[in-house]
Amino acid sequence: METTKLPPSSPSSPTTGFSVPSAEKVDGFPRRSMRRARQRRSHSSSQFRYQSSQVELTPLPLLKDAPVAELHDLFCKKLQQCCVLFDFLDCVADLKGKEIKRAALNELVESVATSRGVLIEPLYPEAIKMISVNIFRTLPPSENPEFDPEEDEPTLEASWPHLQLVYEFFLRFLESPDFQPSMAKRYVDQKFVLQLLELFDSEDPREREYLKTILHRVYGKLLGLRAYIRKQINNIFLRFIYETEHFNGVAELLEILGSIINGFALPLKSEHKQFLVRVLIPLHTAKSLSIFHAQLAYCVVQFMEKDATVTEYIIRGLLKYWPKTCTQKEVMFLGEIEEILDVIEPSQFIRVQEPLFKQIAACISSPHFQVAERALYFWNNEYILSLIEENCQVILPLVFATLYRVSKEHWNQTIVSLIYNVLKTFMEMNSKLFDDLTASYKVEKQKCV
Amino acid sequence: MTLTVVCFSIWLCLVSLYGLGTCLSKMAGADGDDSLYPIAVLIDELRNEDVQLRLNSIKKLSTIALALGVERTRTELLPFLTDTIYDEDEVLLALAEQLGNFTMLVGGPEYVHCLLPPLESLATVEETVVRDKAVESLRKISQEHSPVDLEVHFEPLVKRLASGDWFTSRTSACGLFSVCYPRVSSTVKAEIRQHFRTLCSDDTPMVRRAAASKLGEFAKVLELDYVKSDIISLFTALASDEQDSVRLLAVEACVSIATLLPQEDLETLVMPTLRQAAEDKSWRVRYMVADKFSELQKAVGPEITKNDLVPAFQNLLKDCEAEVRAAAANKVKEFCENLPEDSREQIIMTHILPCVKELVSDTNQHVKSALASVIMGLSTILGKDNTVEHLLPLFLAQLKDECPEVRLNIISNLDCVNEVIGIRQLSQSLLPAIVELAEDAKWRVRLAIIEYMPLLAGQLGVEFFDEKLNTLCMAWLIDHVYAIREAATCNLMKLVEKFGAEWAQNTIVPKVLGMANDPNYLHRMTTLFCINALSEACGQEITTKQMLPVVLKMSNDQVANVRFNVAKSLQKIGPVLDSNALQTEVKPVLEKLATDTDMDVKYFAQEAISVLALA
Repeated sequence: METTKLPPSSPSSPTTGFSVPSAEKVDGFPRRSMRRARQRRSHSSSQFRYQSSQVELTPLPLLKDAPVAELHDLFCKKLQQCCVLFDFLDCVADLKGKEIKRAALNELVESVATSRGVLIEPLYPEAIKMISVNIFRTLPPSENPEFDPEEDEPTLEASWPHLQLVYEFFLRFLESPDFQPSMAKRYVDQKFVLQLLELFDSEDPREREYLKTILHRVYGKLLGLRAYIRKQINNIFLRFIYETEHFNGVAELLEILGSIINGFALPLKSEHKQFLVRVLIPLHTAKSLSIFHAQLAYCVVQFMEKDATVTEYIIRGLLKYWPKTCTQKEVMFLGEIEEILDVIEPSQFIRVQEPLFKQIAACISSPHFQVAERALYFWNNEYILSLIEENCQVILPLVFATLYRVSKEHWNQTIVSLIYNVLKTFMEMNSKLFDDLTASYKVEKQKCV
Repeated sequence: MTLTVVCFSIWLCLVSLYGLGTCLSKMAGADGDDSLYPIAVLIDELRNEDVQLRLNSIKKLSTIALALGVERTRTELLPFLTDTIYDEDEVLLALAEQLGNFTMLVGGPEYVHCLLPPLESLATVEETVVRDKAVESLRKISQEHSPVDLEVHFEPLVKRLASGDWFTSRTSACGLFSVCYPRVSSTVKAEIRQHFRTLCSDDTPMVRRAAASKLGEFAKVLELDYVKSDIISLFTALASDEQDSVRLLAVEACVSIATLLPQEDLETLVMPTLRQAAEDKSWRVRYMVADKFSELQKAVGPEITKNDLVPAFQNLLKDCEAEVRAAAANKVKEFCENLPEDSREQIIMTHILPCVKELVSDTNQHVKSALASVIMGLSTILGKDNTVEHLLPLFLAQLKDECPEVRLNIISNLDCVNEVIGIRQLSQSLLPAIVELAEDAKWRVRLAIIEYMPLLAGQLGVEFFDEKLNTLCMAWLIDHVYAIREAATCNLMKLVEKFGAEWAQNTIVPKVLGMANDPNYLHRMTTLFCINALSEACGQEITTKQMLPVVLKMSNDQVANVRFNVAKSLQKIGPVLDSNALQTEVKPVLEKLATDTDMDVKYFAQEAISVLALA
């Protein structure tokens, strides 16, 4: 589809950011080198408005010194103290306050992680409130509107020194043996989860890493939210595919889904099949596929291992969205096809072999040697080779003309010698068929001349 | 979509294609009539494996339909097309577009509803581009339905889409309500309103976004009472949606809704929501408010502007997010222009200008350059005295900005100031700024300033130009980047058009011709390019007497590129010369070049001979 994909007509244009300055687009092409040269802050913070009247923090007694009777009260006070937000873009502002909050957060993390019996019911709303106040915010516009996650340095979150501890606290909280899902579910609700998912768009990979683990824990412990989480991830993906083509956390969300799919019950529910066909397969059309392709291919293969009958959907879907102009993506697709063929059931293979090997033949004749090479490597795979051998009568006629022609014409010597090996393999597999095809190929050719 | 459905539709498509194709070939064969043969080929191509061929065929669908006639188009072609929906998105896009223009081909408005089934399927596909095109075509043909057909055929389709179980069909439905609403009975109208209401609170954000983006359009076709009762509550709900991508679309709708309501209702029905949007916690929503500010201002009228929008605009200009400030800065001029006249100057001076002053030294260059592109426009609004006293210092500061784009934006808008205070006020600061840009290390910056030269020359006058800028213009001719040399040549032509042939003869022609003896062949070629550009503006006299001899002499150049450019130049300036010069001077030289050892020289010489008809 990339040949026809127009810029999304979605009106949420602000995400596209600044237009390229006129001096840089005189010839219509913004220049990377110029973008680089632009002055850039290396940090950005996204807290919209800091509290206007900044509260002066005073250090509280240490948790470990507190008498048991006062422990919960003190814990609560520390949580409230940590709700105060600081301006990290001004790195010298209110250093004392920042230090007090940092120490308090450290203590909270330590306490939740090590001591038992701290998490009692009244603390849940306070803890969730502290987490919400700190982590939920509208992410800032990207410093670099053409941010390319593969090439550009991400903008890091300036308030990370505090944010990290808040995430750490949240994680320890969820992982604590005292954690009671039945109490938490009143505060970790759908609205909370939705905001959590939106944070996956953060440009800061450290933040996404925490979010990934946290969401995974939430999914694991709060059963009532599972369907909702899956649905919202679907929405994020669909928006990414069809509207904005921009979301930083696709790889992380796919990684979570990989393990979720692993746990699907059999037979697959239609909701899950729909997810495969309407979300996972179309995700292959994304321009930024390379960033999350490994995770995506993993999810796809997981589905096949769960239920072999989805194989045909998958292969036909990939063939439908086969890249037409981007060779880099073509190599990725071929890689994924090999992963799929590695676990394919022979009966399923027969259903897709014709269209599949037509595409593989097309790849072999690609003038880009990496594409041709990647396709020819299939013949080095024992299992794939055995499938080809079983279906030699069908496959050889599909690829023969291409192999023969490309072996004479390809500019790259490696490709030519790989093809000779493949032809040799075929000759050994079925010499009769091979000879017939050679003869008829020569006759065809004669006719053309 | 289940696998069986997919397979079934492929099967169907093959069957019907074979039917149609072979049937046509037979027709063509049996009658001995070859006229249908091309059509049979086109239909054949509809099932070709090659996408490009299918695409070509779809693009010629009207030809196929015309050949089949209206009846067979309705009974055979359309059902077949309805079944091809499982195809490449590219093909589907072309199909969706074609069907929008098919009314006459199915037999006119009476039969237009035949087009609905294929378009309905297309309106449910995943790919946004295809879906949008299908909706566009549906909107188009809705107008060709009679009121009865609209209720019998079109409206049920809208309902089906609106209650489809996958989000794509529901998003498509959002775009169809407003086209059928005005032409249906009141009971159906009530149903349509109900469907729209449901979609506004759909549980997928994609559908809510689609509904929000059509809210304004739908409001326009509703009766005022329903705007007040229905639309306002939907608007309020969408504007406080949990997702900012939905909220920001409500801002757009706000413009249309505010235009529809009588002034006295605005305060209670619209303003609370608008105020909330201007202070939304998401910068995207605030950006949208800033971006739509002029439209909002017009929609709510002068009183509300004075009381509400002025402070809101101030806040946006001071927003913590640069993106929002830049969007607001872009609107400064338009906002000021549209302020009510009685208090315009006072509002600008006391409320807007202080913010503008701060933006001049903003930390973000995009903000500064957005401001620089409009700030000059304020001078016409504020008049001479205020401009000199308050704006001039800002212009001068921006002319010295570290970012070249800011300076360029100021220079490119000089004409606004010129009208108010004359450019002389600025010329002392202008010159260093221009010189610096002219020598900028980035060639794109140099290119941009060259493009403003003719404008500057016009405003600064010939004297100032000769004295200060002429050397720059000549220096660009030997720039090491071709694009700059090319632009410099074009610039000279525009200057000659402005200052006249005599000026050219005295100031630039000698310098240009002097370069013909330069040791660098690129510079010698520049002479030729300049002559190409200037000959027409300079006229026959100068061209024949001064330029032609130089060109002819260069035909002996040892570099072949120069020689074939001589041939090209002669072809170009030929029409300006008189026939005597052509025959006696140009012809022999071209004939000699036509026997050159270099094949390119030969080629261009022969081309020139034939174009100038000298053979």
